[in-house]
Amino acid sequence: MLTHLQRLEAESIQIMREVVAECEHPVMLYSIGKDSAVMLHLAVKAFYPSKPPFPLLHVDTTWKFREMIEFRDVMAKKLGLELIVHINPQGVEKNINPFTHGSAIHTDIWKTEGLKQALDKYGFDVAFGGARRDEEKSRAKERIFSIRSAQHRWDPKLQRPELWRLYNARKHKGESIRVFPLSNWTELDIWQYIYLNNIPIVPLYFAKERPVVERDGTLIMVDDERLPMREGEQPMMKSVRFRTLGCYPLTGAIESEANTLTAIIQEMLLTRTSERQGRLIDHDSAGSMEKKKQEGYF
Amino acid sequence: MAHVSDLIAEDIELYLKTHENKSLLRFITCGSVDDGKSTLIGRLLYESKMLFEDQLTQLEFDSKKVGTQAGDLDFALLVDGLTAEREQGITIDVAYRFFSTDKRKFIVADTPGHEQYTRNMITGASTADVAIILIDARKGVLTQTRRHSYLVSLIGIRYVVLAINKLDMVGYSEAIYNQIDQDYRTFAKEVGLQNIVTIPMSALKGDNITELSVNTPWYRGETLMGYLENVQIEDTAEKSGVFRMPVQWVNRPNLDFRGYSGLVVRGSVKPGDAICVLPSGRESRVARIVTQEGDLEKAISGQSITLTLTDEIDISRGDVLATTDAPPGVANQFEATVVWMTDEAMLPGRPYLMKIGTKTVTANVSTLKHKVNVNTLEHVAAAKLELNEIGVCNLSTDQLIAFDPYSEDRDTGGFILIDRLTNNTVGAGMLHSALRQPHDNSQWQDFHVNKQAHAALKGQKPFIIWFTGLSGSGKSTIAMLLERKLYSLGKHTYLLDGDTIRHGLNKDLGFTDTDRIENVRRTAEVAKLLVDAGQIVLVSLISPFSAEREMARELVAQGEFFEVFVDAPIRAAEERDPKGLYKKARSGELKDFTGLDSPYEAPENPEVRIDTTTQTPEQAVEHIINYLLGIGALG
Repeated sequence: MLTHLQRLEAESIQIMREVVAECEHPVMLYSIGKDSAVMLHLAVKAFYPSKPPFPLLHVDTTWKFREMIEFRDVMAKKLGLELIVHINPQGVEKNINPFTHGSAIHTDIWKTEGLKQALDKYGFDVAFGGARRDEEKSRAKERIFSIRSAQHRWDPKLQRPELWRLYNARKHKGESIRVFPLSNWTELDIWQYIYLNNIPIVPLYFAKERPVVERDGTLIMVDDERLPMREGEQPMMKSVRFRTLGCYPLTGAIESEANTLTAIIQEMLLTRTSERQGRLIDHDSAGSMEKKKQEGYF
Repeated sequence: MAHVSDLIAEDIELYLKTHENKSLLRFITCGSVDDGKSTLIGRLLYESKMLFEDQLTQLEFDSKKVGTQAGDLDFALLVDGLTAEREQGITIDVAYRFFSTDKRKFIVADTPGHEQYTRNMITGASTADVAIILIDARKGVLTQTRRHSYLVSLIGIRYVVLAINKLDMVGYSEAIYNQIDQDYRTFAKEVGLQNIVTIPMSALKGDNITELSVNTPWYRGETLMGYLENVQIEDTAEKSGVFRMPVQWVNRPNLDFRGYSGLVVRGSVKPGDAICVLPSGRESRVARIVTQEGDLEKAISGQSITLTLTDEIDISRGDVLATTDAPPGVANQFEATVVWMTDEAMLPGRPYLMKIGTKTVTANVSTLKHKVNVNTLEHVAAAKLELNEIGVCNLSTDQLIAFDPYSEDRDTGGFILIDRLTNNTVGAGMLHSALRQPHDNSQWQDFHVNKQAHAALKGQKPFIIWFTGLSGSGKSTIAMLLERKLYSLGKHTYLLDGDTIRHGLNKDLGFTDTDRIENVRRTAEVAKLLVDAGQIVLVSLISPFSAEREMARELVAQGEFFEVFVDAPIRAAEERDPKGLYKKARSGELKDFTGLDSPYEAPENPEVRIDTTTQTPEQAVEHIINYLLGIGALG
């Protein structure tokens, strides 16, 4: 009898193999976070002794934590995988940032538009993403194979019933599919799997003395000199860590002493605040995820 | 996110250790909104302490704002995250919820909505081990209870909880509980459900959910959570020892390694085991089970593996690896139950793509035997299947596939149908058995089965080979030999011979030009009908005039008409004169004889010209076959 993690692992691997067998030009979206770490680990397992037959794509916003970028480059090199980094040139040109433009525009230009550009530029027809159904209500009914129109829009009418282990990967020219191999994993499953398999994760998940400022009740790390200081604001050193990783000005840190994997898991289990709280983008408006998804956000 | 346990704070490592070994149970809840389904799921999430503080705060807030429970927690709000979509008119289908306890992780398929109920429920149930069927104690067994139970049985769920809910509304009456339990069991037997456990409960009040309720002292069974944590899903798949693995992907990192990747859907496998490959039937032995962490000594059902074999045999995606002593069946004609899932109706004769395991083939419904009224279980005659309808039909596929009856194996017996134009998943089906009678034509006249469908069934391209030439040139001899050759190649053919037709269909015609033209026209029309039926047609007819031969050519599609000019000098033909016709013509007994007193217009650009002065009939046949192969007409 398999354990729940063994079953989840087998399911994710089966999903990845279906994509590789049926689709022409898949890519794995690598966001550098813990879910991506598990997804990448599973990909290596799924195709062993071959290497995963697809490149990694990171849609960079130029505002990620420096440690994330370092970690990204080390991982790609260590596994010998092709890493494509895409930065939206419009974002660079207009110097889009969360301070002057707000988190909504920042996310839209760098992430949503950047992702669409990258998929079009390289002609990827399938993109693996690490989203889970337990993350938030609107994800609960997301398909594992989610069809997007040629304009990358998520159209509820295009979504197909998924039965048994049978996935329909057929699509018209121009359409693409977002595939979520971790759909049925929960946050605890992810952490437990990382723990059991010793999967490397970005050090930002572990508590350490880091320079932070407190804004509107959220601790923001001063990762570089681009973070404008408000009047009277002074970075202070605090032992903090991150529950999720994104753009540093938009990611709240939590005060913590947890500097081992078991301590993180313990803290996560004892702190009963759901995961996306740390991500400022979800607070923009009610049902915001749903809307972002329709527009092409992962 | 998990339930509260003192172990988390006291000994996190021990806690993680216990949680490593949890099993996974997937279940579906069946019932309408009024049965308290959302409340039940919300309650399970709440009771297993799966809610975060911010979610709880939100719940308290929403309960006061829009709740239906007078300010008390309204658990239904937890799972009704789709309300907004409902307002926007977006189809709500299947949502998956997660919770876990010390013993198990649970995945709940939640299928709201009334209109799309069959489609959604079948989808959600296809991956479930257990079904919870909710009944409102005030209403008892309803039509929809029957419908849910039939669908549960159809999709092959073996473990059923009958949750008699809202018992608080009937004063926790044991009599009512007993009556409903009895009514249900009588009905459940009809649809073939076994392993039914009945639990009296109130999802709203929390009776018998995690703790036995003081309100039902007469109930001595398990709580719902207790049942879900403890039910042993008999792993027949693993125990039977019957190994099945559809090949997903051939793993070839270099020339020295050839592995076959797939998920073991049934049984187990070890290095050294004899296996066979289906549909080819080739046999070999397992050499290694390769993983990144080292080779495995054994793999069991549910694992995704890569294995290598001791022999180099041809295996590709879509093949099934299986135990040699109990291999799956191999066939291309099946009886199956089909559930239709899209607005455009299923029509017999229309080709769909069929994905079963890792194989995708083209499939046709040859006969729709009947559809099933999901409320009454009656069989109803039908010409097509509409959205949410269920029918039993005969299917034929363009290739042989390996399969097991769905009742034995969901993975090698369950399939989806995909529309070839929209690429949507339009149906789901369950194979019952292979059909021994390959063709059942009886129903065909009722449906539009087109040329492609006929041809696909025969595995050939239909076309006409039109032999023209003088009387006695040898047309019929060559045509007969060619037909024999095509037959031996497995082709479905028919020979239309001029003489035969003149004795039957065209016996009213003489040999005037008008009648000759009519003779050719009728023959050409018959040939065309046969092409529509997917047949390869050989026509042996003097057909002296170019215009009529062109007319015949234009009756069918381009590339479906090949003119063979059997070229014999009139002297040679007259010398042979197999039927003594030339003699009669010379003596004046026969008038309007082609080549003598009636003209023969030799073809200028025939596809094939047979020179009878240098080629024997056998060589002529070879000549024609080579031509047909060359242009790909023989597939």
